[in-house]
Amino acid sequence: MADGTRGKGDRKEPPDDEAALSARLQRLGERLDNASRPSENVSGPRSAADASAYARGFRMSTELVAGVLVGALIGWLLDRWLGISPWGLIVFLLLGFAAGVLNVMRAAGVVRERQLND
Amino acid sequence: MDPIHQFQIINLFPLGKLGHAEIAFTNSALFMLIAVVGLTLFLVLATAGGKAVPTRLQSAAELSYEFVASMVRSTAGQEGMRFFPFVFTLFMFVLTLNMFGLIPYGFTVTSHIIITAALAITVFLTVLGYGLIRHGFHFFNLFVPKGVPIYILPMIVAIEILSFISRPISHSVRLFANMLAGHIALKVFAGFIILLGGALGAIGWAGGVLPFAMIVALTALEMLVAFLQAYVFAVLTCIYLNDAIHPGH
Repeated sequence: MADGTRGKGDRKEPPDDEAALSARLQRLGERLDNASRPSENVSGPRSAADASAYARGFRMSTELVAGVLVGALIGWLLDRWLGISPWGLIVFLLLGFAAGVLNVMRAAGVVRERQLND
Repeated sequence: MDPIHQFQIINLFPLGKLGHAEIAFTNSALFMLIAVVGLTLFLVLATAGGKAVPTRLQSAAELSYEFVASMVRSTAGQEGMRFFPFVFTLFMFVLTLNMFGLIPYGFTVTSHIIITAALAITVFLTVLGYGLIRHGFHFFNLFVPKGVPIYILPMIVAIEILSFISRPISHSVRLFANMLAGHIALKVFAGFIILLGGALGAIGWAGGVLPFAMIVALTALEMLVAFLQAYVFAVLTCIYLNDAIHPGH
């Protein structure tokens, strides 16, 4: 009797239980996809450079020192090339310190990452 | 006894001369060569089978791929995957060199700032080059934050540029300083054992158990640091690349 209730069109498609099975398989596949890459949906561009407190702390200190060093180096070079000593060093050391603080704030996530505005 | 001695570069055989500078095959180059050949062999052998149920070796290769791939996706987005080969190479290279440093009689290549600086500058130039090619002159808008009053804009731009230039420095110094400090600490504690034994005889050698325990603990910590610093180096590479790929994020 079960065969009789089915129309001709049904024969082209798989039987009901098989269709249900493939639907379930598809759903499982989707769920697996979602589970295996949650990162795409959830987190933004910068999620975890901070694997441990030690690494995090070390990162902050190098960020600050790097900013100051670059400022001092550029100021010193400008002094030498332009003969404006000591103004280049004074100005760029201060700017470098500001850049270092900015680096630290970015690394700590206090300030947003830089952006292009267009 | 000299804790710095381990970082000495030794010329193994000369390769030629560049101007007045001698170009030689050093112990540093030897360890880099071993790392590159070893990594290549590892990945080629691991992926040769391509079984559905992976062997142990294949599983290790797949794990490292997945690890780096998810890191790149989460920090630089799907588009960042075009830089996956670059990041994967950097990560595996640095990780292997860090780990080699922990093998007794090994040489820590990454404890030399010239190596880490070269890697960091490569990343820096890649970011700069790709950003300029992709966004053209627009890339420099990176240094001009939106909504800043015009009278302090010059100062902000100068600070942003300095902050950008300071990246390769902090990037390279972090890896170098961590490796250097860790290995010096290990050698200093090892030196304590010899000092104690030499000064106090049998009691000293017995007391040497304490610094020895410290070395065991430090070695475990160094393993963690070696992995962590390779990871941080790679993650920062991704974050910097993210600027070049989609700065409008």
